[in-house]
Amino acid sequence: MGRYVVKRILGTIPLLLAITFLIFMFIHLIPGDPARLLAGIDATDQEVETIREQLGLNQPLLVQYGEYMKGLFTGDLGNSVKNNATVMATILPRFKPTIILTITSMIWATILGVFLGIIAAVRRGKPLDYFCMIIAISGISVPGFWLGLELIQIFSVNLGWFPTAGLETARSYVLPSITMGCGIMAILARFTRSSMLENMKEDYVRTARAKGLSEPAVIMKCAFRNSLIEVVTVASLQIGGLLSGSVMTETVFSIPGLGRLLVDSINYRDYKVVQALLLFFALEYIIINLITDIVYGFLNPKIRYS
Amino acid sequence: MSETILEVKNLRTEFKREKSYVTAIHDVSFSLNKGEIVGLVGESGCGKSVTSMSIMRLLGDTSGKITNGEIRFKGRNLLDLSEREMQTIRGSRISMIFQDPMSSLNPPIRIEKQMIEAVRIHENCSKEQARKIAADMLHEVGIPDVENTLRSYPHQLSGGMCQRVMIAMAMACKPELLIADEPTTALDVTIQAQIMDLMKKIQKENGTTILLITHDLGVVAQMCSRVLVMYAGRIVEQADVHELFYNPKHPYTKGLIACVPKIGSDVRRLPSIPGSVPDLSVMPKGCKFAPRCQYASDRCLKGEPDLVLVDGRENHWIRCYLESKDQTM
Repeated sequence: MGRYVVKRILGTIPLLLAITFLIFMFIHLIPGDPARLLAGIDATDQEVETIREQLGLNQPLLVQYGEYMKGLFTGDLGNSVKNNATVMATILPRFKPTIILTITSMIWATILGVFLGIIAAVRRGKPLDYFCMIIAISGISVPGFWLGLELIQIFSVNLGWFPTAGLETARSYVLPSITMGCGIMAILARFTRSSMLENMKEDYVRTARAKGLSEPAVIMKCAFRNSLIEVVTVASLQIGGLLSGSVMTETVFSIPGLGRLLVDSINYRDYKVVQALLLFFALEYIIINLITDIVYGFLNPKIRYS
Repeated sequence: MSETILEVKNLRTEFKREKSYVTAIHDVSFSLNKGEIVGLVGESGCGKSVTSMSIMRLLGDTSGKITNGEIRFKGRNLLDLSEREMQTIRGSRISMIFQDPMSSLNPPIRIEKQMIEAVRIHENCSKEQARKIAADMLHEVGIPDVENTLRSYPHQLSGGMCQRVMIAMAMACKPELLIADEPTTALDVTIQAQIMDLMKKIQKENGTTILLITHDLGVVAQMCSRVLVMYAGRIVEQADVHELFYNPKHPYTKGLIACVPKIGSDVRRLPSIPGSVPDLSVMPKGCKFAPRCQYASDRCLKGEPDLVLVDGRENHWIRCYLESKDQTM
């Protein structure tokens, strides 16, 4: 197992280098002169030249890449044009809400989604199956902005149980978590159900029954144990999406998260921040994939030993 | 007379197909005596496996259900038992091994854990004791490196080894009846012979009754003392193995035996029984084999014969108008 993990970690190094290069090239891939774009249409040539010098765009490409990498290793990602602070100081405060929302949404969505999926598979074709799948389909079909607004209307405005916006107390995370997790719960329920149904047809499930295992044990130890790999795959993809921040949920609940920061930065052409966010999102996908690969190794010995 | 372990009487199993039910097993009756190996033979789709799954009452995960009959295991009707009571019988008193050993073991779980689990479901013992039983059983089924095998995952073992593990697991609680559903079909010929020898050894040493489901008549001749021939969900002939091979009566049995290639015979084209097993939902009227039978008469097409004793024979039953006298079983 140790060797497998080390192999996976080493495998991410070339990927990371490729990503830093692509992200560095980001500013050069923008059509037209980035310095002119940043300075605005009304800027004089002198002003554009100053910006070019500030950004180091007048230096050879490789030197620029070297500087960029040096900055990365020293934690210097440049300055935000919008609020005159360093990029790190701009991004860091936005992490906490996004990460807490991601974790809380994932926890409830995974528990409920997997539970509904298992129940639906076990009771296939029965009313309980339809009930679970109606919940799942509703979860996918209901648009997040609408659900968010409805939740605010019912639980914040009418009942007064939760705040309408912001993230001051622990309670304020409840409604955004529900909004963000709903679709994921639904996807997980459907994937768990279909994977369980596949596995319940397998020979080893029949063997488990033939050796006298009780039905709940057959379902959990055989069918679900073998469905876990698909559940983990789907869940990890969803975590990646959530960690990039949900612009919609953050907008509806006025949450200062990463999703809104990205959109604001793009609108303001705050490229250094956009670059840093892209790097962060890429990194987070790599880390999640790495963790998923390691979990795969635990779940499926065939992967570990190949 | 030896003790009867299992007695199946007028078993009828049906499967739901869209809105109607089709009969997969029709009026099947047979009994197994202590310590004997009985072969259940027939083409694919004739109801061999459904019979075994009915005995184990494992049809629940399919759309099948037993609608008539009795399955008496040591006098107790298994159909009267609750699912919980059945669980205590499965794996401890009646065990089963399957066709494809590679896919019959749970892939992400070590052999050790799967075997310990099989023991501990039925025996009140510690993990260490269960592991000892598992190791002894693996040794008994001829696995050379027991410790290594215990620590292996199913994919690390060959098909033959997996089947040995399956047999060891099935025999761990010393069951009185072992149902082997085509245990050698997925294995190559040399391994087949080893597994057959192993099953014979188990039967001799433990006095286990074995119901051997197969479509390989060679295996039947080598292993069994008695044979049940199934066709379209019915038993069409039943006899001692010697009697069946040397004096087959039913045209279907004769056809099956004729299909076995013989060493030394100069046959360019292998013989076969024309046609195929009828679809459950469009069963022919009368004798179910009649449409494929070269001896079929009008009578065969109109009414279905009962399973009756062959004239002048003691233990030879047949479901055919050609050879039977009117005495129902």
